[in-house]
Amino acid sequence: MQRIVRMSDPSGLHVTDLRFAYPGDSFRLHVPGLKLAAGQALALAGPSGAGKSTLVRLLTGLLTPNAGQVRLGSAQIDTLNREQCRAFRLQHIGLVFQDFALLDYLSVTENILLPHQFKGSAGALTRKKAQELAERLQIDRYLDKRVSQLSQGERQRVAVARALVHEPRFIFADEPTASLDPSRGRIVVDLLLEDARQRGACLVMVTHDPNLLPLFDQTVRMEDLLNA
Amino acid sequence: MSAAFQLAARYVLRHRLQSVLLAGALGLVFALPFCLRVLIDHAQRELRARAAATPQIIGARGSALDLMMTALYFKRENLTPLPFGTLAELRQNPSAAAIPLHVRFQAQQAPIVGTELDYFAFRGLRLAAGKQITRLGDCVVGANLAKQRGLQPGGHVFSTPELAFDMAGVYPLKMRVNGVLAPNGTPDDDAVFVDLKTSWLIEGRSHGHDDLKKDESVVLKQEEHNIVGNAAVRMFNEVTDANIASFHFHGDIAAYPVSAVIVLPQDAKAEALLAGQFARSKDRQLIRPRDEMESLLAQLVRLEGFAASALLLTATAALLVTALVFALSFRLRQREFQTLEDVGVSRRSLLTVKVLEIVFVGFAAVVLGLLLLMLASFAAPHLLRWAL
Repeated sequence: MQRIVRMSDPSGLHVTDLRFAYPGDSFRLHVPGLKLAAGQALALAGPSGAGKSTLVRLLTGLLTPNAGQVRLGSAQIDTLNREQCRAFRLQHIGLVFQDFALLDYLSVTENILLPHQFKGSAGALTRKKAQELAERLQIDRYLDKRVSQLSQGERQRVAVARALVHEPRFIFADEPTASLDPSRGRIVVDLLLEDARQRGACLVMVTHDPNLLPLFDQTVRMEDLLNA
Repeated sequence: MSAAFQLAARYVLRHRLQSVLLAGALGLVFALPFCLRVLIDHAQRELRARAAATPQIIGARGSALDLMMTALYFKRENLTPLPFGTLAELRQNPSAAAIPLHVRFQAQQAPIVGTELDYFAFRGLRLAAGKQITRLGDCVVGANLAKQRGLQPGGHVFSTPELAFDMAGVYPLKMRVNGVLAPNGTPDDDAVFVDLKTSWLIEGRSHGHDDLKKDESVVLKQEEHNIVGNAAVRMFNEVTDANIASFHFHGDIAAYPVSAVIVLPQDAKAEALLAGQFARSKDRQLIRPRDEMESLLAQLVRLEGFAASALLLTATAALLVTALVFALSFRLRQREFQTLEDVGVSRRSLLTVKVLEIVFVGFAAVVLGLLLLMLASFAAPHLLRWAL
C-alpha cells in the first residue's frame, strides 16, 4: 500500500537556493529561487546538456539536491525519503519522460492507467477520463494496441495521457513534443496548458521550441543557472 | 485484483513462449524423480505378481534369470532346452503338476508359446471369442495381439523363420486362429499359443507331405520298409483337415526340446522336496521365480538410487539456472522497473511483481509436472510391456 503524503497547501512550486553537481563532473546547477503559482506554466529552455532534465529530476525527487529546498505545495521534496517521494509522485505528480518510459508489453489503456492501478483507483470514472484524453490526443483508435506497435509520436502522446490521467497537482513534461510534427505538438502543449490552468495545477515543461515560449507564464533559460 | 498481480500476469502472458519453456523445463526436472518412482513401483508390482503366481520353474542348468524371463515373459534367451522326457519323469511325482513351455519361434515379433491346455487353466486365461486349440496347427492369440493385428477366429498367423535367407531352414507355418483370449494385463496378452506339438512342427521335427505310395513320380528309391521321396515331394506348410493325417514325427519324442517346465507343487513339503531333488542335478535346475525376481528388483532399487541422485543433482542445477534466468531477466528489465519507480510505484509493489512472476512460472511448472506424472502413470503398463 502506498503511503499518501497529505498536502495542506497544494498551491505551488517553490525552489530556494537549489544546488546540484554530479560527482566527479564539472557540471554545476544553481537555482537561486523559483516560484510557480498553482495554475501557472513554466518553460525550461536551453541547449542540450544544459541540465533541463536534471532540474526536472531534482524538482520531482528523482534526484536529491546537494543543497537548497524544493517545495511542492506544502511537501518539502528534498527532505522526504525515497518511499515518501515515490508515494508523493504517485499521488500528486504527472511526469512525461523524454524517452516516454512506457511498458511495451502493456496496451495503451493499461499504460495510461498504470499510476491509477497502483493507487488502487482505476474505476469507471478514470477509464472515462483516459478515453477523453486519448480522444484529445488522437490516440483513441489504439487504446487496445500494445505500445510496441505504435510510432514514436503516438507513444509520446500515450506518455502525456498517462501523466494527466490521475489529475496531478504538478505536471512535469520533458520535451513532450520532440517526436511530434508541429500541429500535433501544438495539440499536446495546448492540452497540457489547458489541463493545468483548468485544474489549478503547476506545469513545468522542457522545450527546445522558441515558438512555444510565449504560451507560458514564465520561462527559465538554463544557461543562466549553470555553474553560477 | 491488485496492480502487481495484474502487471505480473500481463508480463507472463505476453511472454508466454518463454514462460512456458521455462515452466516446462522446471516441471520436467522436478517431475522426473516422481515419474521414475511411479514407473518403478508399477514395474515392481507387475513383476512380483507374475513371479508370485508361478511357484517353481525347471530348466536346463544355466542362467536362472534367463530361465525365469523365458518362462514368465516368453523372452527367447537362447536357453539350452530340456528333453521332453523330463516332463514324463516329473509327472511320476503325484504331489506336483507340470506344464511344459517351448518358446523359440515368433510370429512377427509376437512369441509363439508351445504348451498344453493346463497352462490356460493355471493362468486363468479365458477365451473372449472362438474355441480352444483342437488340433495340430491351431493357435489361440492374446487380446492385445488380436487387437493390434485385427485377428479373429478363422484367421491365420504365420510363424517367422529364424533365418530369412536360409533356404534349407524351416518354412513358415500357416496357423489357424481358433480363439482369442480375454485380456488379463500380462505378457499372455501379446503371445500366440499353440500346442507343444505344433511348436515342434514349426521347428521342423514333424512334417506333412504328399503320400509317396500314391504317386510314383515323386519316389526316389524304395527300400524294404522305407520309401525315399525326391525333390518333387510337396511339403505342407499348413495343417488342414485334408492333410492332417500326413503329418508325422521322426525320432524319439522324449528327446524333443522344451524351454522350461512350470511346476505346481501341491504343498510346501512337495515344493521343498522338489527343490532338494533338483539342487543335486548337474544338468537341470529348479528356480523359485519369487526369489529370482526379488534379487532382480534389489538391483533395480540400487539403480534407482543412482538415478535419483543424478536427478537430484540435475534438479539442483535446474533450480540454480532458473534463479539465474530470473536474475538476468530482472536485470535486463531494469529500465522497466526504473520507470515504475519513477512513476511512483513502491519498492514493495515492485518486489511483489517480481515474486508473482516467479510464482506464476512455478505454478505452471507444477501443473506441467503433474500432467507428466499422470502421463507416466498412464504409460507405465505400456512402457513395461515394451521394455519386456
